[in-house]
Amino acid sequence: MSPWLPILMAVPVVGAIVVALLPKGSDKLAKQVTLLVSLLTLVLTGVMAAGFKPNGDRFQFVAEYNWIPSFGVKFGVGVDGVALVLIALSVVLVPIVVLASWHDADGVKTADGTLITPKRSVKTYFSLLLVLETMMIGVFAATDIFLFYVFFEAMLIPMYFMIGSYGGAQRSYAAVKFLLYSLFGGMLMLVAVIGLYFVAGKQTFMFPELVGAIQDPVTQKWLFAGFFIAFAIKAPLWPVHTWLPDAAAQAPAGAAVLLVGVLDKVGTFGMLRFCLELFPDAAKAFTMPIVVLSVISIIYGAIVAIGQTDMKRLIAYTSISHFGFIVLGVFAMSGVAQSGAALYMVNHGFATGALFLAAGFLIARRGSPFIADYGGVQKVAPLLAGFFLVAGLAGLSLPGLSSFVSEFMVMIGTYSSAAHGSGALTVAAIISAVAVILAAVYILWMIQRTMNGPTAEPVKAFKDLNAREVWVLAPLVALIIGFGFYPKPLLDVINPSVQQTLTNVDVPTSTIAEKGTGQ
Amino acid sequence: MTTHYLVLSGLLFAIGALGVLVRRNAIVVFMCVELMLNACNLAFVTFARQVGNLEGQIIAFFVMVVAAAEVVVGLAIIVTIFRTRRSASVDDANLLKY
Amino acid sequence: MESHIAEIVQHTGGVIGNSWLMIAFPLVGAFILLVFNRFTNRWGHLLGVAMSLASFVVAVLAFFELIGFGPEERRRAVHLFEFIPGMPGEPAMVDMGLLIDPLSISFALLITGVGSLIHIYSIGYMSHDEHRRRFFSYLNLFVAAMLLLVLADNYVGLFIGWEGVGLASYLLIGFWQFKPSAATAAKKAFVVNRVGDFGLLVGMFVIWTSFGTLAFKDLGAEVNGVQNGTTLAIGLLLLLGACGKSAQLPLQSWLLDAMEGPTPVSALIHAATMVTAGVYLVVRSGAFFFPEGSGAALAVSIVGAVTLLAGAIIGCAKDDIKKGLAGSTMSQIGYMMLGAGLGPAGYAFAIGHLITHGFFKANMFLGAGSVMHGMNDEVDMRKYGALRKFMPITFVTFFIGYLAIIGFPLLSGYFTKDGIIETAVHHQPILGWLAVLGAGITGFYMSRMVFMTFFGEKRWADDAHPHESPLVMTVPLMVLSLGSLGLGAYLVLNGTLYRFLSPAVGGDPAAAPEFHFVTTPGLATLALVAVGAAFAWMRYGRAEVPAVQPRGSFLTTFARRDLYGDALNESLFMRPGQWLTRLAVFFDNRGIDGIVNGLAAGIGGSSGRLRRIQTGFARTYALSIFIGAALLTGALLLVGNI
Repeated sequence: MSPWLPILMAVPVVGAIVVALLPKGSDKLAKQVTLLVSLLTLVLTGVMAAGFKPNGDRFQFVAEYNWIPSFGVKFGVGVDGVALVLIALSVVLVPIVVLASWHDADGVKTADGTLITPKRSVKTYFSLLLVLETMMIGVFAATDIFLFYVFFEAMLIPMYFMIGSYGGAQRSYAAVKFLLYSLFGGMLMLVAVIGLYFVAGKQTFMFPELVGAIQDPVTQKWLFAGFFIAFAIKAPLWPVHTWLPDAAAQAPAGAAVLLVGVLDKVGTFGMLRFCLELFPDAAKAFTMPIVVLSVISIIYGAIVAIGQTDMKRLIAYTSISHFGFIVLGVFAMSGVAQSGAALYMVNHGFATGALFLAAGFLIARRGSPFIADYGGVQKVAPLLAGFFLVAGLAGLSLPGLSSFVSEFMVMIGTYSSAAHGSGALTVAAIISAVAVILAAVYILWMIQRTMNGPTAEPVKAFKDLNAREVWVLAPLVALIIGFGFYPKPLLDVINPSVQQTLTNVDVPTSTIAEKGTGQ
Repeated sequence: MTTHYLVLSGLLFAIGALGVLVRRNAIVVFMCVELMLNACNLAFVTFARQVGNLEGQIIAFFVMVVAAAEVVVGLAIIVTIFRTRRSASVDDANLLKY
Repeated sequence: MESHIAEIVQHTGGVIGNSWLMIAFPLVGAFILLVFNRFTNRWGHLLGVAMSLASFVVAVLAFFELIGFGPEERRRAVHLFEFIPGMPGEPAMVDMGLLIDPLSISFALLITGVGSLIHIYSIGYMSHDEHRRRFFSYLNLFVAAMLLLVLADNYVGLFIGWEGVGLASYLLIGFWQFKPSAATAAKKAFVVNRVGDFGLLVGMFVIWTSFGTLAFKDLGAEVNGVQNGTTLAIGLLLLLGACGKSAQLPLQSWLLDAMEGPTPVSALIHAATMVTAGVYLVVRSGAFFFPEGSGAALAVSIVGAVTLLAGAIIGCAKDDIKKGLAGSTMSQIGYMMLGAGLGPAGYAFAIGHLITHGFFKANMFLGAGSVMHGMNDEVDMRKYGALRKFMPITFVTFFIGYLAIIGFPLLSGYFTKDGIIETAVHHQPILGWLAVLGAGITGFYMSRMVFMTFFGEKRWADDAHPHESPLVMTVPLMVLSLGSLGLGAYLVLNGTLYRFLSPAVGGDPAAAPEFHFVTTPGLATLALVAVGAAFAWMRYGRAEVPAVQPRGSFLTTFARRDLYGDALNESLFMRPGQWLTRLAVFFDNRGIDGIVNGLAAGIGGSSGRLRRIQTGFARTYALSIFIGAALLTGALLLVGNI
């Protein structure tokens, strides 16, 4: 029993209560306390991660407490490599988001100068942020499937309020759409969770004990479908993606970062952990349809992104394309592709986070998310333009930036995967490589229209980034460049865990290519 | 022999139900409800006699107690409505809708 | 055929062991200039130059250490770090390391040498630009990326450098991004290059899947001279990548637009170094995927031959001096590609031409920049004329570069270009004679450029006051023109470059090709060049050049419009792409989201209607209870037979 994970989960929630109980009018104090608590969580996670042994037990820092004994439900937590890096991603992003949203809860300014006032107070926003952090840690740390489900659903609540109470003009529509979509998937998952409990008949929800418990292929398929649809909506995968552009466009920039950067990763994380390991035969049987869906996501997301007029929606669609890559990597049934997919989850969080925040800073200056309202920003705000460019380049997976490594691994792993000897995965890899070209178009065209050219009249009054905003973006850019050249620290943690997963699915895990398979 | 009692009970019940459906005056509707309750009581007693134990008769007493309580509350409501709206018609009290 | 490629030896220590410094210096320079932005405004350009020079010094020292080894030991690999680790207990999937061998060190010397000269030149050229510091940081970034491209010992490292130079090129073409034309050109260059990158990327997938490695060191043993469909496919995919970077047909369209960048950029990136990366890729992969006589090698040669003609034709019709030079660059890289498809004998000439071209083309681009500097940034040659008297140094150096490119006997271009032509005539006669024709056209368009700029009457704008550029700009010109004079003879005579390169690219060191001064293709080339130059003299030297572009024949228009390359791209890719995008957005909003919103609206609407049942009439409720009870009783009677 290790107290680390319960402590990590307790710190933000205690902070949230403190922030919520602060007297009215102490907004600044609330922000400072939130920042402090999130930094404390970051430090604690760092100390914990330092003690993680990549080649040790699969689940480390394990803690189990009885919760509902009559059903065998436990409060069971523990992390493997993939979960650890995703928790690290979450706790890194939260302080950055806190700093970035310093004024987000004060109201949203629109282009014509009117202010959309939030429905709730500033301190509530930051309190919700900390509650969300606890849940993000919890959902990745949960080893009890029931506990995972609880966090999976409970995460919707703070995010619902963050979008619905602090967002843009159409916040109610976006928040309800987000909630209903997610709840629909969640219900299916609940059915599957209960079904798993009874079919396995082991009187427990603990994940390690349930691996391999379901043998019947037909049962596997039904339960797999329940989990997968929930995760596909969360991820989101084409064609159940339409909630994301609305939610991301209406949410305040910081909330959008957590939504796309972390919450959506729960979907792909769930596929990797639960869909594959609990139902290996079903996963193999459904590989082809899922690969087709993910390739459609990759290309479709990219093409629709090119045609967007709203920056935040554009970034949301690029994420749909990127999630296609992650799902492709998860289901390509090869060690390289799956390590790449796990790495992609982290890198995408940093890259898209940086892009959303930079776009958020830009939008905050003008009050309009529409690309056509900008032009020539580079001349008046070179720092902002520079950060925007680097974030954009990370979005198009420029080699030397972190997202390239993961995208490369996913594609090359998919290409070489022998899972479906017919070469279908080879074709999938080649088609998905076309996204490399499309990515250049959607990012660079957006940059050209916003940053380059003659300076538009309203843009002339723009101020460049202030110190706070630089401190928001600089760490992300440093991480993007650092992991672009040296991804080894992350991969060393991810690889053993991926190997374990694939062994449970009974797929060869070697990163050494099977020579001659491509001939 | 019991058939006659049961037919009578059914008739009383039908009269009560019809009264509830067609009459507008709240007091009359109320009395029709009482009539339906008593029709039920008659059926209970009949069956109790036929089966030969006391359970049906006990239930009939229960129904009477409940009916008495209902009269107290129901009449109070009707009187209040009449006082405020100068009408005892059930069709006039239709604010609680949609 | 027996391979003469030497084994790669692991190396530690010495200058070669620390050759990562070559990349680190300019990278640190770029980093400092970008991060400490305005604090470095005053001395930023000096730091940029110093970093580039430091890199050059390391390259020179590494070169001397390398030639200290015997020819068979001149391929030294330096391990840097594990880039993509493998599964626990397995070797790394990609190890990052550098390969210092004759091929890569030749490039490194060219990049850092010419690069440093252009850095120095830029101090003068960009002295009036308020963002000079940013310019130098991008230049440094470019040098670092280009060095990574040529020094990496595996395809992934090469690819990182490959995209890094693409980024630097994007930033520098769009350096004056406030001009919409520059911003568009920058984006176009990046996107077109990405099409090529797609080829390179998929090529890497196939290589890794088929041979299990992406390192040059291991590929030799794995491929081992095997020729089959796989290697052909890899060759063609890599060729696609090379076409993008080197502006070869069909991905040539970005290069002419890239002239929107400042002139030193055109000289360094779009003439001397980056655009030759495709040639490097082909030669580096030559032994594996483009062996002599293979289909892939033939494809390389064909692409080269077609492009050399296309570039030359475009060059004939341009009035913009930089675009004329850009067409010429396309054409000259076409020569290199032609040579690169001809096996080891061709490689030496191709690399030789690459190096001499790096000198004389940089020379001429910088010369053009010097002219523009003196003429208020005017680029239209119809507004030049008679400049030789006003810019003597620029004129003399430009003229040397001109003589070198048209292949005037004994100058640099003569040896390397004639070498390619001769080898091509020997191996692929048709392509070889096309190259001869191309040389004739080169004679015409380059003479046209020189005559229009430096000879004839003044046709200047009213406010033009041409003057010679400062020393900081002319000294690099002089150095480069010295290279244009003698480098070719040094590299080609006695087969110096051939023997130096042979351990890296194959080819029997004992069988270095002799350079013949008198050959049929050589004489034909000279004759055609003379005809071309004479024709140019008649049209543009002796005759008066109209100040306004004449309408010109069908062929002229064809060349002016860049052989309709842009029109083709626009109608084939851009417009259908725009339609597809619009269709997809419409489908997403109305189709998929339409279904979702429709479902929501359906549920909302029907519940709104059902609500109306609650009328508020107590007797209606009573009736519904009654009917319900009756139905229930009826159903029970029916089912239960009570």
